[in-house]
Amino acid sequence: MSGYFRPAGGGRGGAVITLDRAEISILRSLTTQLLELIGPGPGEGEAADPLDALFAEGPSEPPADPVLARLFPDAYGGPGGPEGAEAAEAAERAAEFRRFTEHDLRAHKRENGVAVIRDLDSLADPAGGASGVGDTAELRLGPEESQRWLVTLNDLRLAIGTRLAIADDDATDRLFALPDDDPVKPMALAYLWLGGLQESLVETLMT
Amino acid sequence: MSVEDAVSAIPLEIERTESEQAPVEVPNPDVPWITLVHNDPVNLMSYVTYVFQAYFGYSKEKAKKLMLDVHQKGRAVVSSGSREEMERDVQAMHGYGLWATLQQDR
Repeated sequence: MSGYFRPAGGGRGGAVITLDRAEISILRSLTTQLLELIGPGPGEGEAADPLDALFAEGPSEPPADPVLARLFPDAYGGPGGPEGAEAAEAAERAAEFRRFTEHDLRAHKRENGVAVIRDLDSLADPAGGASGVGDTAELRLGPEESQRWLVTLNDLRLAIGTRLAIADDDATDRLFALPDDDPVKPMALAYLWLGGLQESLVETLMT
Repeated sequence: MSVEDAVSAIPLEIERTESEQAPVEVPNPDVPWITLVHNDPVNLMSYVTYVFQAYFGYSKEKAKKLMLDVHQKGRAVVSSGSREEMERDVQAMHGYGLWATLQQDR
């Protein structure tokens, strides 16, 4: 796992990365799991009435799953926020905000993830944008695709970071020291690898 | 209740509320709202800086300073304005995966 993003060149932005089959497969699998966790929106599930999507309100309560709670946090309250009677008001406003925005936010994250999977699948298709050489393929992202990848890589890291219970900077350092037979080692390696991918992709956007 | 009843009842209602309840600090609508971004150990420092530049249009210097404030002080005020504007900013930050909240400045 050595490939990282580099600027596409040509002065129009964009990024390029060479991925091998295993990396493509891991990225696709993780993104698919993220999409399953985020779930279909109202009116997108099986046999759903398309009108439901228009009138459906989002939930008032934060998601029970810690990963989803991190991806869809409360908009009011939090550390350094109001206390006492005002905290109760903040909780009410957080619930109201969630009802009106969470569906959109979920749809937005889903679209980004679906775009990433589409890009990965284009690598397997000889007619796609990839120039496959042996067991590796070159993925070329335009500026807009880079944005979707950047946000999805971040969502994946938030999801895995939550599962790995990364609560402070030291926790990340400890991941490097995990013994090879530790059951979370594969997830830790994926987390660190995704961090490298994201870091290199950010760099192509800041230059 | 008729309209007349409603009109005559209003002042009485307000007076009773004020005398029975402990004084509560009523949020002043003129006080601006702020968007706070909170520290979390997962988001990359470079990514947070990038988001502040890309979304708010801040200079690299300002974006980096805000990112360092988030990282070192636990949170930073990244924007201020009306409640509606701050809700928009918070929603955008959540879209980027940053942990953001809004509250009235005080």
